Amino acid sequence: MSDNATHPPVGEEVIVHMENIVKRFGRTTVLDGIDLDVHQGEVVTLIGPSGAGKSTLLRCVNGLERISDGRIEVDGQRLSYSEADINRLRAHIGMVFQQFNLFPHMTVMENIMVAQREVLGRSADEARERGETLLERVGLAHKAKAYPGNLSGGQQQRVAIARALAMDPTVMLFDEPTSALDPELVGEVLDVMRTLADEGMTMMVVTHEMRFARNVADRIVLLADGGIAEQGPPEQVLDSPSSERGRTFLEELLNH
Amino acid sequence: MDGFFELFAEYAPLFLEASWVTLRLTAAALLMAMVGGALVSALAMSRVRILKWIATVYIGIVRGTPLITQIFIIYFGLAYIITLPAFWAGALALAFHNSAYIAEIIRSGFQAVPKGLVEAARSLGMSRAKTLKRVQAPLALRTTLPVLGNQYIIAVKDSSLVSFIGMTELFQTSRNMAASTYQPLTAYIVVAVYYLVIVLALTALVSWLEHRLSAHRRPAAA
Repeated sequence: MSDNATHPPVGEEVIVHMENIVKRFGRTTVLDGIDLDVHQGEVVTLIGPSGAGKSTLLRCVNGLERISDGRIEVDGQRLSYSEADINRLRAHIGMVFQQFNLFPHMTVMENIMVAQREVLGRSADEARERGETLLERVGLAHKAKAYPGNLSGGQQQRVAIARALAMDPTVMLFDEPTSALDPELVGEVLDVMRTLADEGMTMMVVTHEMRFARNVADRIVLLADGGIAEQGPPEQVLDSPSSERGRTFLEELLNH
Repeated sequence: MDGFFELFAEYAPLFLEASWVTLRLTAAALLMAMVGGALVSALAMSRVRILKWIATVYIGIVRGTPLITQIFIIYFGLAYIITLPAFWAGALALAFHNSAYIAEIIRSGFQAVPKGLVEAARSLGMSRAKTLKRVQAPLALRTTLPVLGNQYIIAVKDSSLVSFIGMTELFQTSRNMAASTYQPLTAYIVVAVYYLVIVLALTALVSWLEHRLSAHRRPAAA
């Protein structure tokens, strides 16, 4: 079933290290002591019922959510929330959002150039060259001068991926990247993500696309009730879940 | 209404000069009001409760009292501390008044910027300051421009109240004209024309700016 063989083997090096992650919103505990390591070149998909804390966990990795307790290291660097530290760390953690979040007042190319210029200090020529290469890669070279408002959702999301890649990230975080898309546009975004995986990018993906999880992920992590209910290779988690929570979730998924 | 056009022409030099005063007065006031308004809006959006409270009180007082009262208080009140020329007393009063409204406009503009865009900028490693400069401020400016334009128009017209502390701006000039010609109706119609021309010019300027800043809202040229 799985064609994982197409992407490079997972490395030894731990890129994202999460230790005893606790996240509370007021009195609600959303994440209750999660341990998770993501290795070099590994594609980890986070699945689970809504409210399980998948997106929250992902957003903790780059500090968009502050953890209440625990420890996070990205590429060997401990996450600290001081402005300078977190900006340095975020510069190399790519993030793709459900709502694309392209800057509407900038052209596609400007979207891809702005952080390269402002954060990495690249020259305009350098940033543009990188942008052209990446737009080529996501099949949107002809849209460099367009504004996001004139693109389809699928095109916007591909630009958002290119914008994140321009920063040469060590890991890419995808927060339900296809959930806001019309069904016929999902494929083009997943194709780009699959290519990235095949090239050995380390990825954490929150998704409801089970086929993507099955075919591309090295590991599926099923979150439920603030903890990891189940994890392992796709076939194991999807075909023979060992936990009660995992079984119920997958049954509900199949019945819809 | 005898000889409207003759009187209009006869008084044109005086009114042109007074227009210049009105324009300088409003421009000085609005410049100060933008700086003050930006400061007050920053207080209003601050996470520090006391600063927020200061902004709320300031805006409440300014919006809760008539402009003419504020002009008189600043003109006569400040006289105890410092003697300001009528021009600066008037400009200061107009600035004070407009800063509260402008603060609210700026605040609403920033709050209209989707949170996701700020997160996207921050997730790319952009600092708070760079996010403000490259994302929040440009987008806030685009949404507030029409509303700011509206406030500027109100400010131009409100500047007529400064005539009551002895400034010979447009409105005072029409009062002088009414007194010396015994034709109040003509005088006030003449001054209305001058205000209208100024306001229309300002409206055109704002529309032009709006158009320039809205390239992203237009459909792509094929």
